Amino acid sequence: MVTTALPIYTKKDFQTDQEVRWCPGCGDYAILNAVQSVFPELGIPREQFVVVSGIGCSSRFPYYMNTYGFHSIHGRAPAIATGIKVARPDLEVWVATGDGDSLAIGGNHTIHMLRRNVGIKVLMFNNRIYGLTKGQYSPTSEFGKKTKSTPFGTADRPFDPLALAIGAGATFVARSVDVFQVHLKETLRKTAAHRGAAYVEILQNCNIFNDGAWNDVTDKEVRSEHVLELEDGKPMIFGRNRDKGIRLVGIEPEIVSLGNGISESDLLVHDERNPNPNYAFILAQMDSQPGFPTPIGVFRSWDLPRYEDVMAAQIRDVTAKRGPGDIEKLLRSGDIWEVPA
Amino acid sequence: MATLTDSEVQAHKRQKIDQAVIRFAGDSGDGMQITGSQFTNTTALYGNDLATFPDYPAEIRAPAGTLPGVSGFQIHFSSGTVYTPGDAVDVLIAMNPAALKMNVADLKPRGILIVNSDAFKETDLRKARMKENPLEDHSLDAFRVFPVELSRLTRAALQDLGMDAKSMDRCKNFFALGMCYWLYNRTMDSTYRWLEHKFEKKPLLVEANKRALRAGYSYCEATEAFQISYEIPPAKLAPGTYRNLSGNQALAMGFVVAAQRAGLKLFLGSYPITPASDILHEMSSYKNFGVLTFQAEDEIAAISSAIGASFSGDLAITTTSGPGMALKTEALGLAVATELPLVICNVQRGGPSTGLPTKTEQADLLQALYGRNSEAPIPVLAPASAGDCFWMAVEASRIALKYMIPVIILSDGYLANGAEPWRIPTLDEIPEFHVNFAHDAENFQPYSRNPETLARPWAIPGTPGLEHRIGGLEKQDVTGNVNYEPLNHEKMVRLRAAKVDAIVAEVPDVVPAGDPDGDLLIVAWGSTYGSITAAVTAERAKGHRIGHVHLRHLNPLPRNLGEVLGRYRTVLVPEMNMGQLVMLLRAKYLVDAQGFNKIQGRPFKVAEIKAKIEEYFEQKSPVEAAQRS
Repeated sequence: MVTTALPIYTKKDFQTDQEVRWCPGCGDYAILNAVQSVFPELGIPREQFVVVSGIGCSSRFPYYMNTYGFHSIHGRAPAIATGIKVARPDLEVWVATGDGDSLAIGGNHTIHMLRRNVGIKVLMFNNRIYGLTKGQYSPTSEFGKKTKSTPFGTADRPFDPLALAIGAGATFVARSVDVFQVHLKETLRKTAAHRGAAYVEILQNCNIFNDGAWNDVTDKEVRSEHVLELEDGKPMIFGRNRDKGIRLVGIEPEIVSLGNGISESDLLVHDERNPNPNYAFILAQMDSQPGFPTPIGVFRSWDLPRYEDVMAAQIRDVTAKRGPGDIEKLLRSGDIWEVPA
Repeated sequence: MATLTDSEVQAHKRQKIDQAVIRFAGDSGDGMQITGSQFTNTTALYGNDLATFPDYPAEIRAPAGTLPGVSGFQIHFSSGTVYTPGDAVDVLIAMNPAALKMNVADLKPRGILIVNSDAFKETDLRKARMKENPLEDHSLDAFRVFPVELSRLTRAALQDLGMDAKSMDRCKNFFALGMCYWLYNRTMDSTYRWLEHKFEKKPLLVEANKRALRAGYSYCEATEAFQISYEIPPAKLAPGTYRNLSGNQALAMGFVVAAQRAGLKLFLGSYPITPASDILHEMSSYKNFGVLTFQAEDEIAAISSAIGASFSGDLAITTTSGPGMALKTEALGLAVATELPLVICNVQRGGPSTGLPTKTEQADLLQALYGRNSEAPIPVLAPASAGDCFWMAVEASRIALKYMIPVIILSDGYLANGAEPWRIPTLDEIPEFHVNFAHDAENFQPYSRNPETLARPWAIPGTPGLEHRIGGLEKQDVTGNVNYEPLNHEKMVRLRAAKVDAIVAEVPDVVPAGDPDGDLLIVAWGSTYGSITAAVTAERAKGHRIGHVHLRHLNPLPRNLGEVLGRYRTVLVPEMNMGQLVMLLRAKYLVDAQGFNKIQGRPFKVAEIKAKIEEYFEQKSPVEAAQRS
């Protein structure tokens, strides 16, 4: 086998000549920047990447990535990506999707792709709104939200995307934020390193139809009080003065102040490789309670056999047992008889 | 032709006849499909030509003994050529009153009726909504009725095997099968072999079923129940090696062979749906051919995964039936826009909506041709017989790959489940078609085109320098970049249509069977081939001038079709729908074609086509007479 040295890529190698057509100030630019920065570092030939998307603002992503790309139809990216990855396990398949694309019209494909643990990395840009259709509420919009299609407020409760992913059996679940470039890039690196299905929620601002949806998380003044950065093996501490922590009482998380007899050793220590999905589920549900911070980082990272590998192994095993398929034998299988001339 | 019902009942003797039609009917738990397929296998090995028609309910197990639970299997076998599973039956095996009630109308006068008389108790009759016992009220006097205590006799034969009554009763279908083997002088060898293989790990079941089979056979011999047995000599089929093949098996094998001839891996994305699921079952067993079968979460994911696999360089297939086809519609449009090779099999069934899941229909033709948003033309092929499904699978794959285009195959429930003897082709009879992936990074444009086929290059991921993006948004000609310009859009719409039109180069000119010109031309497509061929053959023998064109390519249509239509005074189009092909012919060729439509979930009978033809010639005669005078 001839080995050729991998070209040394720069961010530019992953940019296309297509004009990027997101609204000025859209969070998608920051995500594109992070992905184009991380891909060159991964040591993977550019032609091995396939970026697949559905429909929505986020789904324009493939046009701007100088890799193989497939801008498909609404909600179906995980299904198309599954076909690609099962047919060609050697490829690096990434999906760019949004809260509507992934959780509304594409919810079924999302959960089944995760359940099967197909080695696909999903980047779900969550802006809690339908942007491309100009401002209807999405499955992650907060209860009661007034939008173009709900002038008197929504009547449905939102999904927590990561709780859904964990419930579907996702082996890698993470959250980052469009404007947290360092954190986002690090999250992308960890995502790339995971072999199985990865679901990454990226909190993203739509400055036109839902501006400031994530202000609590991104606003410099308040964010240290509202964000809990998960670090594997480290106690859960947050707050401007890093004086607050999370403790687990039974299965209920509790906010405690450090000092007054409470030390770091009393806090919950993050264990992203905890085999029990209930642990990650507690983290995913935490900020649905008032006063609790929003965790970011890797919630769960767990190795399970990938669907495509199990399929390939089946083919190998059966072939070893029966021998490689012989077309003439196949045609003549079952009872056959001769009609003489 | 001498048939069984023409024969006289005499002291036991063996009589030579040309053909027979048998129907096994019972509860869906009675194993009628197995019984039928065993008789089919034995008959095929004996060398008769044959056609079968399994007719089973949508419910897996409707309440035992009720009318909706009746399952049937019909086989027509002959020393001559067989085109259909037969209209009326010579021998009916009815395992219970419900099976009798649902099927007796198709039994010929003086036909043989074997009934399980153990199943005609009052409760059995009530389940079949019968007030009187038909075995006692003379309502069956038109037939030769043979009440046989199938349950009791089977139990007697198996009594020392230590089985419970229920397990013994499950073998009574083989008792009936044994009787049929005796009636037609067949050996039990192939069924023995099948039992030994099927119940390899359950020797008790092998022994029990063998005994039941032998008991049925011996019963006829010992009691001389029938007084007469029949011999139907082998048919004069074209020389070669044969096997039995159903349409679904044929499609599955066809795709495996096509992938091998193209040098590609084969990917099937599918979601279970009657009557197409058997294709998925078959293909999932071909692991050692490298076949990837993906049972998706829904119909949309099934086709979407296939589109993904096609993008990645596999021969990609998706299989479904009408309701699933409806769900795949949007993704079909994506395959058209992205110009990726893909084969979509629609094994049609009765509709609308869930309709008649296990019954056959041809009403998805216009859906296949036009059932997508905007202008999204797709080539459509239709196999004419179970064996033809093999060739259509190969042909659809070849066209898809050569033209970089999705191709639809319209099969139907009748072809899917019906079996016929199929001459096994040698490998050199199957076309080889090489596929060239794009490699040339210098001159690569995702939407450049082969000048002859208009196919765009297939540049698969992993090829250095060919990184490109495709999708459902309108493409700029040549570059494939997103483009919304008006003139570009019109150009692309016309290019996609021209690409389908270019395929006409692959479509053989139509050569009518029967008379090359004359009074009546029958134009049809799909599974009606057998009954039309039989009817046309019979009517031409009466001196009528009739031609028969059976279209296997429905888009694009053969180049000379318009000219051929013009050679006949009248064009008749029998279809199992409300008149879809006839509408196309009228629109495209401005010909006054007439429809002949049956929408009953059942194939045309030969007699129905014959009657229609005769109706035409009767109407015509006075006109001709007037013209002559």
